[in-house]
Amino acid sequence: MIVKRNELTWFERLYLPAIIGGLKVTTRHFLNTLTTKTPVTQQYPEEPTRVLPGYRGAPYLVRDQDGATKCVSCQLCEFICPPKAIRITPPGPTGKPADRTNAEKMPEEFEINMLRCIFCGLCQEVCPEEAIFLKSDFSLTGLARGEMVYNKEKLLALGGTHPGIQKWKHKLEEAKEQETFPVKV
Amino acid sequence: MFDWIDNLSPQTQFVFFTLLKIACVLGPLLTLVAYAVLAERKVSALIQDRVGPNRVNLPLIGSLPVIGPFLTKLGFWHPLVDGVKSFIKEDFTPAHVRKIYFWLAPAISLVPAFLVVAVIPFGSTLGAQKMVIADLNVGILYTFGIVSLGVYGIVLAGYAANSKFPFLGGIRASAQMISYEIAMGMSVIPVFLVVGDLNLGKIIEHQAQNGWNAFPVFGGGFGLQQWLLVPCGVVSFVIFFISALAETNRLPFDMAESESELVSGYHTEYSSMKFGMFFIGEYANMFAGAAMMTTLFLGGWTLPFLGLDVAPADGEWWKGLLHIGIFMGKMLGFMFIFMWLRWMLPRFRYDQLMDLGWRRMIPLALANIILTAAVLALTNR
Repeated sequence: MIVKRNELTWFERLYLPAIIGGLKVTTRHFLNTLTTKTPVTQQYPEEPTRVLPGYRGAPYLVRDQDGATKCVSCQLCEFICPPKAIRITPPGPTGKPADRTNAEKMPEEFEINMLRCIFCGLCQEVCPEEAIFLKSDFSLTGLARGEMVYNKEKLLALGGTHPGIQKWKHKLEEAKEQETFPVKV
Repeated sequence: MFDWIDNLSPQTQFVFFTLLKIACVLGPLLTLVAYAVLAERKVSALIQDRVGPNRVNLPLIGSLPVIGPFLTKLGFWHPLVDGVKSFIKEDFTPAHVRKIYFWLAPAISLVPAFLVVAVIPFGSTLGAQKMVIADLNVGILYTFGIVSLGVYGIVLAGYAANSKFPFLGGIRASAQMISYEIAMGMSVIPVFLVVGDLNLGKIIEHQAQNGWNAFPVFGGGFGLQQWLLVPCGVVSFVIFFISALAETNRLPFDMAESESELVSGYHTEYSSMKFGMFFIGEYANMFAGAAMMTTLFLGGWTLPFLGLDVAPADGEWWKGLLHIGIFMGKMLGFMFIFMWLRWMLPRFRYDQLMDLGWRRMIPLALANIILTAAVLALTNR
């Protein structure tokens, strides 16, 4: 597409109309902000900010409806993590048994280095147990590097519980939908 | 109490009062520079529908009932904190720079801005003292001489940094400042033709009697010559104003810095107080330019009514202070216009900048000189 460029008239070539127009715009904004005091700025620490659903904040571990650890220490998140921020210590043959019934095991230790984490959400996506979620926290602070490595206890405490999301129920629904897929409108 | 001053010899008295005036000008000027930065941030914020700096709170004053929160909201303490911050930051010298020039450049860019202020009459008289540090009879020549030194600091900074973006910034700055200096110098020649003197004090006196140079109607008479000189005054004022914008590297002429292309131009490699000195130099230059425009075109410390256009008689010290206030008001008005223009005009392209300088402004300034001379010759002064 070729944009037609009109020849400027003599008056326009002085640039005075454009300059005066610009002056009007900036003056209007200046006076409006000065008098009505309605700037667009959000005073962040005083006014709590709103995080939209789907925001990818810090990854935390969650508990199920009974308060048991959902993570089964499969280490998929550890393998997929692009910056290698997650480190899982599996329980091994002599470790503590899982606190969730039916589960084989739970991690001995689960560490996320928040300084390395890039908040990509791959861990959440890959987790077969829906045990790790990117929550809405975005301002993580610490006074030392060591403080920014969150351990299992801290991650579970920050993550809270997710009773509503029950993986196996979802799987069943998905399977049923697959069967009826072409018929469904 | 002050008898000992009268007992000094004239030379000693002169030295004493000059030093006193230097102290009384430099102190407020540096404070003004610091607060100009704050004003710039606030004006920018308001134009962009933002709030601007409103964080710093001092321990004791901040706890006063109404004043404390108000000053905090105004960002009143930000310049203080900014200054302290630039001093305690790490003063980093990159390994690849040319050390001597790297250290010299900030000082060289700072000094000319302060030297210009020496000849500007910032008030009428206080007691027996004229409110100008050096009452030179070639004031304006001195100013142009010093102002052209300002480019060395920037060029040297660009060369000393020994890397590509500062170098480009330095080249652009030198080309720009040299070409706009010509237009600037030519735009004031009509003023001298009209006034017939190079002393800035005399220029103000003339304007008090015959009307401001930018618009020479009110003040003196409303003769034919006055009306014929109006277009000349307006044109030379506009050219001087645009050249002053270019000389002080303000938008729309901030080619030397242009963040979007050159990181931050000539002071990319600088940190801490060395960067702070460039910053102070830039704002001091703005003040110098505003003061020059006030003096040359807007009648300096005079106002054409209420008898404020003559030097105060004995004992009218309040009038002397008022004159200083008038001068400051005019100067700060120009500063506001500088800040205002910044958010209105986009940056010029390099070739457009040179085109405007060499092919529009310089011929226009030359034509203006001839026109003014013709008007003066025909109306037979």
